[in-house]
Amino acid sequence: MQEELATQRHTEQKLQLNKKKKKVTKDQWIALGFLAPSFILILIFVYGFIGWTGWVSLSNWNSLVQDMSFAGLKNYLFLFQDFRFQADLRNTIFFTILFIGLVIVMGLGLSILIDQKTRGESLFRNIFLFPMALSFVVTGVVWQWLLNPSTGFNYFLKVFGIQPKWYTDTNILAGFEWGNIEFGLPVAIIAVVIAAVWQMTGFSLAMYLAGLRGIPEELREAARMDGATEFQIYRKVILPMLMPITVSVVIIMAHISLKIFDLIYAMSGSGANFVTDVPGVYMFETTFQGQYYANGAAIAIIMLLLVAVFIVPYLITNRRSDS
Amino acid sequence: MALNIWKPIKYTILVIMAILFLAPVYVILVTSIKPLDEVSLETMWELPTSIDFSSYTEAFSELAPNFMNSLYLVIPATLLSALLGAMNGYVLSKWKFKGSELLFTVILFGMFIPYQSILIPLIQFLRNIELYNTIPGLILTHVVYGLPITTLMFRNFYANIPDTMIEAAKMDGANFLGIFRHIIIPLSITGFVVVAIWQFTNIWNEFLFAVTITTSDSQPIMVALQNLSGSQIVQWNVQMAGALLAALPTLLVYIFLGKFFVRGLLAGSVKG
Repeated sequence: MQEELATQRHTEQKLQLNKKKKKVTKDQWIALGFLAPSFILILIFVYGFIGWTGWVSLSNWNSLVQDMSFAGLKNYLFLFQDFRFQADLRNTIFFTILFIGLVIVMGLGLSILIDQKTRGESLFRNIFLFPMALSFVVTGVVWQWLLNPSTGFNYFLKVFGIQPKWYTDTNILAGFEWGNIEFGLPVAIIAVVIAAVWQMTGFSLAMYLAGLRGIPEELREAARMDGATEFQIYRKVILPMLMPITVSVVIIMAHISLKIFDLIYAMSGSGANFVTDVPGVYMFETTFQGQYYANGAAIAIIMLLLVAVFIVPYLITNRRSDS
Repeated sequence: MALNIWKPIKYTILVIMAILFLAPVYVILVTSIKPLDEVSLETMWELPTSIDFSSYTEAFSELAPNFMNSLYLVIPATLLSALLGAMNGYVLSKWKFKGSELLFTVILFGMFIPYQSILIPLIQFLRNIELYNTIPGLILTHVVYGLPITTLMFRNFYANIPDTMIEAAKMDGANFLGIFRHIIIPLSITGFVVVAIWQFTNIWNEFLFAVTITTSDSQPIMVALQNLSGSQIVQWNVQMAGALLAALPTLLVYIFLGKFFVRGLLAGSVKG
């Protein structure tokens, strides 16, 4: 009797369990249905389109009429021998290094200053952050005037006897022959970097401020008890703790910098001898003004590969630390 | 004692930096209210002797149609991408399944790609479905390429809603849609505000899609501003007034809802 009851209860439990399982499954199907439209769109519009761009980059489509005959690596070989593209790569390297470096130094420096029980803290924060709300086009239009060689900031610099030519300067610092171009820091790039740093410093500032707020006061107290000076506390305790934020800022800024287009297009354009040209501007002009679709596609693929070098390891490590 | 010297140094640095950061604003404002005969490069930093708003009337008459285009673009694109992001974020945070993390990474990658790498096929595609050079075409584009960031933001947002709450609702017999409608959505108001502000700002300020997908009549404001500044005949007091008009909507959002703006900035950047 008891045994019978036990089995009955067992089957009942089993039934309930099954029922529960089934319900979950149905809900999970709906969940998949929720996700499916977006996922399919991403597959087509991101991965499918990248594939198609890759295919175009291997074709002969360099006129208004679409010609998808296979060209092999012709377009890539052309680019790497091209004066303009070599200049673009040089400019991108220097732009990226200066831009990321300055955004981090300024953001970190300002956030530390603001974080120290500073009066008017929110006012300062808002002032340094507001350019983040602007468009690169607006920034470009305004800074085009501010760094105009005949006026702008040069009006004040006259006092010191210096008159930089900003984005119209064609000099290359510490240059040496490299392929068809002179490799070195194009002075004109500095002007564009200033505008970009003005716009994006707020980002790293906000990130570092959030990070600093997350460091418990006890930690600083403990370090003080051990006799550490304020400077040592920052160097030995706080900076290492902000490392993950620095990594994030570098990744985000790197991908912005490698694909930058609108700021430079609005501010200086390619410049004389392409001193302020970047792949983004070249791609736009050659594809949509010159109708060299295959060349444009090849530039786009190279840009994507450059970004992927930073992004893919970042995404993979993020996923690992998640699970 | 060191502190006594440090404090004035700190404030000096902060004030100098603040002045440098605000200098462009000063130039925009001062130039845009100058009468035409006072607009010259030599007097760029000087205050106007009299205030003249004619540059605003001119900039407005030039940019008004494009301003409206941007509004028709940004409102539906923001709402749609936020809604889809909420749906995705809900599934990816509360209904995880085998492979959902990988799927999320696959979606997230779309956030970082240079859009140049999808631009040629995108334009061909939009031509084929006859949405090239239309606002709906731009809306579609911004919704699709906004999905990674909105999904990421909502996923992180929903991760803060305790799983026990969802479990309890399931015990009470609530199903997938019921939980979404009666628990998740009501708790998402802040999330929607943050995501909407982020998308609004990004779409309003976007230039590459705008300049390649639309020509003349359907162009959003940023393209029109760029054309305005590229033209030789337009005085630069008008350019400054135009820049301010173009920046005004996102600036107002920043001024009045800055807290949410910063939250979005952090939510979109801190790891997924």
